[in-house]
Amino acid sequence: MSEASQQRDKQFEVFLGQLLRVGFFLSAAVVLVGGLLYLMKYAHQPPQYGIFHGEPSDVRHTADVVRGAFSGHSRELIELGLLLLILTPVSRVLLSVIEFARERDWLYVTTTLLVLAILIYGLVTR
Amino acid sequence: MHLTTLGFTLLVALGSLLAGLLGSLTGLGGGVVIVPLLTLLFHVDIRYAIGASLVSVIATSSGAAAAYLREGYSNMRVGMFLEVATTVGALCGAFLATRIPTAAIAIIFGVVLLYSAWTSIKPIPDVSGGEPVDHLAELLKLNGSYPTPEGEQEYHVRNVPAGFSLMYVAGLLSGLLGIGSGAVKVLAMDRAMHIPFKVSTTTSNFMIGVTAAASAGIYLHRGYIDPGLSMPVMLGVACGALLGARILPGARVRTLRLVFGAAIAAIAIEMIFKGIGGKI
Repeated sequence: MSEASQQRDKQFEVFLGQLLRVGFFLSAAVVLVGGLLYLMKYAHQPPQYGIFHGEPSDVRHTADVVRGAFSGHSRELIELGLLLLILTPVSRVLLSVIEFARERDWLYVTTTLLVLAILIYGLVTR
Repeated sequence: MHLTTLGFTLLVALGSLLAGLLGSLTGLGGGVVIVPLLTLLFHVDIRYAIGASLVSVIATSSGAAAAYLREGYSNMRVGMFLEVATTVGALCGAFLATRIPTAAIAIIFGVVLLYSAWTSIKPIPDVSGGEPVDHLAELLKLNGSYPTPEGEQEYHVRNVPAGFSLMYVAGLLSGLLGIGSGAVKVLAMDRAMHIPFKVSTTTSNFMIGVTAAASAGIYLHRGYIDPGLSMPVMLGVACGALLGARILPGARVRTLRLVFGAAIAAIAIEMIFKGIGGKI
């Protein structure tokens, strides 16, 4: 690999690292706010994680989650934060597609698109 | 034990913080400790535990990524190419998790934990350096170099199909158990593909988040990720890992790895016994 392309790669990697960190902090902030609201509401109830129920439907569909989060429902707000967290590595893959395209590396544009497709499948499959 | 949600949440957060701290100091990752912590100590159903653990894996991978990518060790192409294998593996693992009995998950978890303990106590020697060129690696543009005090050091990647297959297994375990599978990823890259250790570890850490994200959707839709539980785990592990990164330079890693390795070996055996006994 040439010096110049190595430099480009390195710059991009640093950028990706910062993106991932921003994504993490953003999602953590949302989770934290949601968490505080959640504790205020449920603090005195006994935790019930010993039995698996499958998730109640309020946190299963994305549109409901977003709506619930903006209405101030704590569980949905935490869930929104978690969704943002999951989307952080996905956005990293998306940006990598663009970067490989800029470098005209079509082999890796294809490879990265394949990874992106797998990720999206995982997110939408029921 | 009569705990309120508040007490439970705080204790889980504290436990997760310790897990994240030890995980980052020993290089083992917090993921492997979270599931046993939640199932054995807090009596949480293992499905909620692996959901919360997976979330924490994505959190630490993303939060720490800047540190790994800064130095120029990781190889983006190797990572992306192998992510095809890990993400497919992760999907398979997640689907498998929804189909096999929870006791089986516990037993497999225990076995994987034993392997982690083993590698913690007995580190894998670096086998890279001075390799002839492998045509498949060349074709896939996987070869690269990393910075050393003497300048850029080139390395050549070998055994691509073997590495790819091992990565599939790493992804499978990640999706099945809610862990990062960093140890298997490093194994695949360092030993099978002869990629230098520092390149393997940084690239692996970079890949862990993507692998976990692949199975996260499936976990979400099946209700494995509970917001109330994932919240303290995610925040606790992240804080622990950040703290660990701060104090790492002064830490006695070798001693920690031995002690931690012994501790998780014990935990691993308990997981296996509980699984066999049908108590998980």
